[in-house]
Amino acid sequence: MKSSNGTPFGAGFARIFGRGWLSAGYVFLYLPIFSLILYSFNESPVPNMWSGFSLKWYERLASDSEMLNGLWLSLKIAFFAATASLVLGTLAAFALVKYPVFRGRTLFNGMINAPLVMPDVIIGLSLLLMLVSIQRAIGSPDRGAMTIWMGHLLLGMAYATVVVQARLRDLNPALEEAAMDLGARPGQVFLLVTLPLIGQSLLSAWLLTFTLSFDDVVLSSFLSGPGSTTMPLVIFSRARLGLNPTVNAVATVIIAVVSIGVVIASWSIARAERQRARDIADAQRPEE
Amino acid sequence: MVSDVACRADSLIQAVSDTSALPSARRSGWWRGRTAVIGIPYLWLVAFFLLPFLIVLKISFSEMELVTFKDLLTVHEGVLQLALKYSNYVFLTQDDLYFATFVSSVKYAGLTTLLCLLIGYPFAYFMARARATVQPALLMLVMLPFWTSFLLRVYAWKGLLGEGGWISELLITLHVDELLLSAGLIPALGKFMNTPFSLNLGMVYSYLPFMVLPLYANLSKMDLRLLEAAADLGATPWVGFWRITVPLSKAGIIAGSMLVFIPCVGEYVIPELLGGPQTLMIGRVLWDEFFSNNDWPMAATVAIAMVLLILVPLALFNRYQDAAREASR
Repeated sequence: MKSSNGTPFGAGFARIFGRGWLSAGYVFLYLPIFSLILYSFNESPVPNMWSGFSLKWYERLASDSEMLNGLWLSLKIAFFAATASLVLGTLAAFALVKYPVFRGRTLFNGMINAPLVMPDVIIGLSLLLMLVSIQRAIGSPDRGAMTIWMGHLLLGMAYATVVVQARLRDLNPALEEAAMDLGARPGQVFLLVTLPLIGQSLLSAWLLTFTLSFDDVVLSSFLSGPGSTTMPLVIFSRARLGLNPTVNAVATVIIAVVSIGVVIASWSIARAERQRARDIADAQRPEE
Repeated sequence: MVSDVACRADSLIQAVSDTSALPSARRSGWWRGRTAVIGIPYLWLVAFFLLPFLIVLKISFSEMELVTFKDLLTVHEGVLQLALKYSNYVFLTQDDLYFATFVSSVKYAGLTTLLCLLIGYPFAYFMARARATVQPALLMLVMLPFWTSFLLRVYAWKGLLGEGGWISELLITLHVDELLLSAGLIPALGKFMNTPFSLNLGMVYSYLPFMVLPLYANLSKMDLRLLEAAADLGATPWVGFWRITVPLSKAGIIAGSMLVFIPCVGEYVIPELLGGPQTLMIGRVLWDEFFSNNDWPMAATVAIAMVLLILVPLALFNRYQDAAREASR
């Protein structure tokens, strides 16, 4: 029975060691986040010196126009970058899954995978140098929100492709074919069959690319112009100078919003998946 | 996408009516949807990924003028002239500082990858062997920090490792600082910030989920009956682990390692916030050439050199990323 749980250790030891390792790992992952949140309520401006509970950094944040303007700009860019990434990423995922053979597929696949790992400084520099070259030739575009959006779109598209591709691969082509056999028009098949089936992956791809864009420092630094300072750029310039309790306050707000959003999203996705599994099981049950 | 489906319908009818005519029917009926579905993202990537890269290559060969860089091709008295400048590359190979920076970037990235693997493999392994009901929750707990701002999580370590910070105090109490000092990772007892130690810690922390996720995807799909078979044939659990589990997770190990190593080589934010001025990283050199020295051709040359450095890992990643994806179907 020892190896029945797939571990090379005795079952009891494995359980204890495994739990210990996992717990230590999660503490490592979450400790910085807790310390950020805790010190945002610190009364003292001196880092690592707890002197009492206070909300004054949140009050200061509420009147911090630089940060708030950055937040608004970041939200706008992230929204449009995520939406456009989703469209391009879905197209790319369709191309890769539905057409196993086409000319230049290797290059295409490489160009999808490369931005996932390519250091941001290289992508940022290359996009900027291209923009400058175009600017010299035709006089526009100027650096600003638009150019940041383009950079985020490039990065986001790669991630969106990977997420959607994974779902499309698992899709049973018989479902679309059955709909067509039953007389659905191609548009209807896409809207009524394919889209609901891949809907959850589209949602996670959108959320992921939104987060990537909302979080980006390096690409934005290269591609931003005067007056287009996103929130990460504001945070980064303050963090470089040292510890700053308003940054902790901003962090706490972001973490709270994101955590709630992610928990709700994954919970509803899990529920929908269970529902779908039940529906499929019901549909497949032979009628008595 | 809509036209893609249209084409599928088209070909289905063809297939029903005459199977032998399928290949030619595909070619004539499919090409429009195909062209759009493949062409739009393809063109976008060529325009915004490949082309900019070629421009960097071009600029790396050009010379810096007062405000901007010189064009490679110029028309001089009616004759097209090509001025390729290798001086940037020559400078790059001869300058000791650049060489040292490349070496130390690879060293830091390599160490980070190794540590992520040592921590992440058991982590992913125990996640994958946990009860099926708790696995989604465990997975979400790994993803959640990944969703919250990377920048802010790196910033948090500034506090934890700074004077009086929790981790700093803990390491001093446990006398870990003596160990780190003898390993040469920190310059003095009790000083953790702006050292190679803080840089590596920050990178391991930030990139650990990138190691865990592909490994988990791989390990959770493993057929455990193989281990039972090995045990039946007399293999001890350890032998089974090393000769079956580990080799089967090769694609995950390589994909995860490359996912950590490649971005780490060019990392900018973590060395800037946690590394201090002494730690040499190539991403920072590129940044300084560009933003502080305004030497664009040199920045472009550094970028090209960095790409050459990560080309082999990139090819490996590309290959095993697909292998891992295929395996997890």
